[in-house]
Amino acid sequence: MATETAPGKMATWLEDAKGEVQDAPIGYGRMKRKEDARFIRGKGNYLDDVRLPGMVHGAILRSPYGHARILSIDTSKALAHPKVAAVVIAKDLETLGLAWMPTISYDTQAVLAGDKVRFHMQEVAFVVALDAYSAQDALALIEVEYEVLPAIVNARKAMDADAPLIRDDKVGQTNNLASPTWEAGDKAATDRVFAEADTIVTRDIIDPRVHPSPMETCGMVADMNPETGQLNIYNGNQAPHAHRTVYAQVAGLPEHRIRILCNDIGGGFGNKVPVYPGYVCAIAGSIVAGAPVKWIEDRSENLVSTGFARDYIMQSQMCAKGGKITGLRVDVLADHGAFDSTAQPTKFPAGFFHIVTGSYDLDAAHCTVTAVYTNKAPGGVAYRCSFRITEAVYLVERMVEALAWEMNVDPIELRMRSFIRPEQFPYETATGWTYDSGDYHKTMKVAMEIAGYDQLRQEQQEKAAKGEIMGIGIAFFTEGVGAGPRKHMDILGLAMNDGADLRVHPSGKAVVSISAQTQGQGHETTFAQIVAEELGISPNDITVRHGDTDKTPYGLGTYGSRSTPVSGGAVAVVSRKVRDKARLIAARMLETRPEDLAWEKGRWYVRGDQSKGAAIEDIAEYSYSGSPMPEGLEGGLDAQAVYDPPNLTYPYGAYIAVVDIDPGTGHVHCRRFIAVDDCGVRINPMVVDGQIHGGLTEGVGQALMELISFDEQGNCVNASFMDYLLPTALECPEFELGETVTPCPHHPIGAKGVGESPCVGSPPCITNAVIDGLRVHTQGRVRHMDMPCNPARTWAAMQGNAAPPQ
Amino acid sequence: MLVSMSINGQTHSHDVEPRMLLVHYIREMAELHGTHWGCDTSNCGICVVLMDGDPIKSCTTLAAMAEGHEITTVEGLEKNGVLDPIQQGFHEMHALQCGFCTPGMMVTGRALIDQHPNPTQMTDYEIREAISGGLCRCTGYVNIVKAIRWAAAYEAAAATGGN
Amino acid sequence: MASHNGNARFLAGGHSLIPMMKLRLADPGHLIDINPIEAELNYIREEGGEIRIGAMTRHRNMLESDVLAKHFPIFFEAEHVLADPVVRNRGTMGGSLCQADPAEDLSGVVTALKGEAVLRGPGGAERVVGMEEFHIGPYMTAVQPDELLIEVRFKVKPGGGSAHEKVERRAGDFAIVAASAALWIEGGVIKDCGLACSAVGPTTMHIGRAEAAVIGKAPSEELFAQAGAMASQDCSPSADGRGPVDYKRHVAGVLSKRALSRAAASALR
Repeated sequence: MATETAPGKMATWLEDAKGEVQDAPIGYGRMKRKEDARFIRGKGNYLDDVRLPGMVHGAILRSPYGHARILSIDTSKALAHPKVAAVVIAKDLETLGLAWMPTISYDTQAVLAGDKVRFHMQEVAFVVALDAYSAQDALALIEVEYEVLPAIVNARKAMDADAPLIRDDKVGQTNNLASPTWEAGDKAATDRVFAEADTIVTRDIIDPRVHPSPMETCGMVADMNPETGQLNIYNGNQAPHAHRTVYAQVAGLPEHRIRILCNDIGGGFGNKVPVYPGYVCAIAGSIVAGAPVKWIEDRSENLVSTGFARDYIMQSQMCAKGGKITGLRVDVLADHGAFDSTAQPTKFPAGFFHIVTGSYDLDAAHCTVTAVYTNKAPGGVAYRCSFRITEAVYLVERMVEALAWEMNVDPIELRMRSFIRPEQFPYETATGWTYDSGDYHKTMKVAMEIAGYDQLRQEQQEKAAKGEIMGIGIAFFTEGVGAGPRKHMDILGLAMNDGADLRVHPSGKAVVSISAQTQGQGHETTFAQIVAEELGISPNDITVRHGDTDKTPYGLGTYGSRSTPVSGGAVAVVSRKVRDKARLIAARMLETRPEDLAWEKGRWYVRGDQSKGAAIEDIAEYSYSGSPMPEGLEGGLDAQAVYDPPNLTYPYGAYIAVVDIDPGTGHVHCRRFIAVDDCGVRINPMVVDGQIHGGLTEGVGQALMELISFDEQGNCVNASFMDYLLPTALECPEFELGETVTPCPHHPIGAKGVGESPCVGSPPCITNAVIDGLRVHTQGRVRHMDMPCNPARTWAAMQGNAAPPQ
Repeated sequence: MLVSMSINGQTHSHDVEPRMLLVHYIREMAELHGTHWGCDTSNCGICVVLMDGDPIKSCTTLAAMAEGHEITTVEGLEKNGVLDPIQQGFHEMHALQCGFCTPGMMVTGRALIDQHPNPTQMTDYEIREAISGGLCRCTGYVNIVKAIRWAAAYEAAAATGGN
Repeated sequence: MASHNGNARFLAGGHSLIPMMKLRLADPGHLIDINPIEAELNYIREEGGEIRIGAMTRHRNMLESDVLAKHFPIFFEAEHVLADPVVRNRGTMGGSLCQADPAEDLSGVVTALKGEAVLRGPGGAERVVGMEEFHIGPYMTAVQPDELLIEVRFKVKPGGGSAHEKVERRAGDFAIVAASAALWIEGGVIKDCGLACSAVGPTTMHIGRAEAAVIGKAPSEELFAQAGAMASQDCSPSADGRGPVDYKRHVAGVLSKRALSRAAASALR
């Protein structure tokens, strides 16, 4: 049909979108995405598209105060609403044992507040009604009497003697300390290095509270079948298997009767990692109402009550001796909000903050993190970031830049002098981590070339002479992603491994089931490409199955750039298991010994006689046929694997940003952004570039406009997209990408992961550029400001009045 | 109240509350789920549909205000089994990841091409401005700009019979 | 409207009212959709030495109007930065003015151009009010519950030039500060001036002292700097998420000067 309306080659392209791609590589390379076919037709299946017979609708009444005692709740008027089926409050949950739930950081969180509300927009009551509009109407009919208490929204005041106790629900809790101080590195050695240093810079650096804000908010359809006890949960989350285990624990339900269905997810970025009170309410609502309950947040609920990120206040010092960086020390005050639900592996209460030594060969480093409770929403999720690495990289790259200007050395020059050298890999950092591979100097040089760095510095001087402000910023980041080795890393006791299950059918077409959970990353394409590379089956003949806990192997899901490093490893390993089985079968088919066979993509052949071989589809057909299998081998061509990564992978990159600043208004425009990423082997370069574009944009947002802030009463003042600003197409430059490829030595396919790298490297890069512009404009007087570099804050910094974000 | 409108060439007529938003009419009454919803304040553009050919935010339009108008949603782009070039362009240029903003972005791009006097000469700024009423968290907009340009070039080539 | 005892609102583009209703900040018992009379009230006419813009004229129509581009380039500049293109397809002149958000761009434009609002009451009686009289407080106008804004009129005078300056946190956002300036210059002398600032007071701020200070003088950067300084002093911003008071005062001055300079350049073209 397409050929009738479209001429020449373009007709073929039209065919492509129906999944009939002719030019798909059998393996790695640019390949258009298989999942696009439904999305471009408006046929995705997102949470709000789920419709079940008899489904009713939930809505949450939330606290108007940051901190208040609940004196009474009267639900009678809401219950009298003709369309209301049920109203659930804390005491109802107590009878179900669901009033409190564990967080992933071994704290507890109120599902519905019974004693006190501890943050603005905390969950207080859950209404179930016949339609969504009526559920909202009924919220206004619930009467809650509060006694308002003083709220703490500044972490620096949380440990004051007169600070009100936020967590009076916790036995033995006498102050607002959320967890004991954590430390890494060698304090004594660091003190010695600082004592011998030529230059020391000191900064208070704040990585302010921000929010991942996926375009689709969070929600759930909970369907508890009262007859069978089967609980079906439709819920876009990043870790369906882990969620199922949590629900089994929280609700005391048998795990085999819980099925989580993640259909299409409209973005996650860390926001869809945690279990939220609304989810437990939806489940409770379904139990109480005896019907499926759909609950979906509005945008304000998402912004104010769900997983925030960052909120780290970092007192830092960096030193140099002999022209290179030698030491770093950092003391962090972390604001966890009212409940500690930070997403971290068990043994890593400050995540992977150890990576604060960055890409540099330091003599010593020491860091501490102290966490406090405040009257702010819980979360502490990683917004496109592997467990606090964004905070660490922001800190080290800001400090390197500051140190360079203190030393009057070009900031790239100081980095070049201080980088870990290629021959030092595997490299053990001053905080005890082992980086896998890298050639940092090379990557930095590629970025300089694309940017035309020397010309940029010249242009900056010329502009300065005319009173114009141009800033050039640099960031060189090293990330640690793909958590992680089971000997070190678990969440709630669940090892951070991922499974894969591969079945090649008699016709040679295959289904691979994975535990990773795409939120737009393109798993249906790239994971098929991994199998294609390993087995020589066309990726169009491979279905990637995910998002259904009944039909996929166990694993911890997609966040911390885990998909390729962990699930990708599992898929490569399971493909190789199938290939090994195929070799045994081929030997039988060819009447030779397995060791006499050699592999070329798609076929085993007899060494020395290329013409004699068996293609993978022939082997598959044979394996299901009545023909005899090799001794001891079961029929069929399939395998299972669980991948336990031996180490994290360490992608890195060199970024350069160019900004123009209006001297009159402080308005910052990011004119150019150069990103050279080394993420090891690239499976699908098109998808990798897309990931980088997206991450850079979120970095532009954080550096220039994104901020979750509170007034003194504890009200969140960024409760909508009118005030929590995400960048539009007009704020984003045409990103200029480059690449180097340094394969990961321990990963089955040499890949390192990339999703979060751009969001880690870009905030310090752009902030450094803004500060650089102000530095030149003020003849060196201005050397600091915190994100976000919005017009008012940038102008204040220009006047020498840089203030921490409130 | 009875509200009637044409959606993708089909007449829909439903008795709805006067306060019902157009986005909910499209999703719940017409049962077309391709148009999504993203914010409460008309900032995200996830819900954009065409009304008489112009992109509008269907979350900021009451269903009753669309009475008698022609609405086009993402489901109306593909004709007789042939993708609209804007759909094809989004696929070719990898202009979507999670797909949630994609319907709004595509119909916005469709209208831009239809209403531009010389679509193959659109500047990057023109395209970026046209889509600036929509937010995308995945793509950084780079490939969305390319996709809209692809569609414009494709249509120009198709119109002259060449490639 | 009269039959609903004040518990009703006119609904034009809906891009101010519907978001208020969704956030449950507005709850009118009745809405009167005036879109069906769009054909009557969507126009930009040049007649009798005046430009007349119907209240239902969409932002996009003003952005694309050749008549406005010719006489009042400020419309193009302001509409170009007002909300986003999709919103501009629906939002109207009347809706913007009647919402009377002090941060809204168009009220400043109309004030600078010394426009007059035509209000129609019961029985078709019309009255004409200037912007000083129109804006009576934040989100409050002189339009009575039984009246409808139907048109805004501008006199076309010789030697006119105009410009709009806005600084925003992000494209599509309300202004941190905006300045709208119009100048009429004949024989090298400023004959008339209009200057208004948005987002720096409880209503659109008309900077009358600066206008008086430049009238009768030759345009110069120094003169406009003085006018800007007056805008800075005479506005009354409050601190919010967009910035503190000192910043907003400063920017009101910077943008007023820039707008006046560019208005002069366009007048002298």
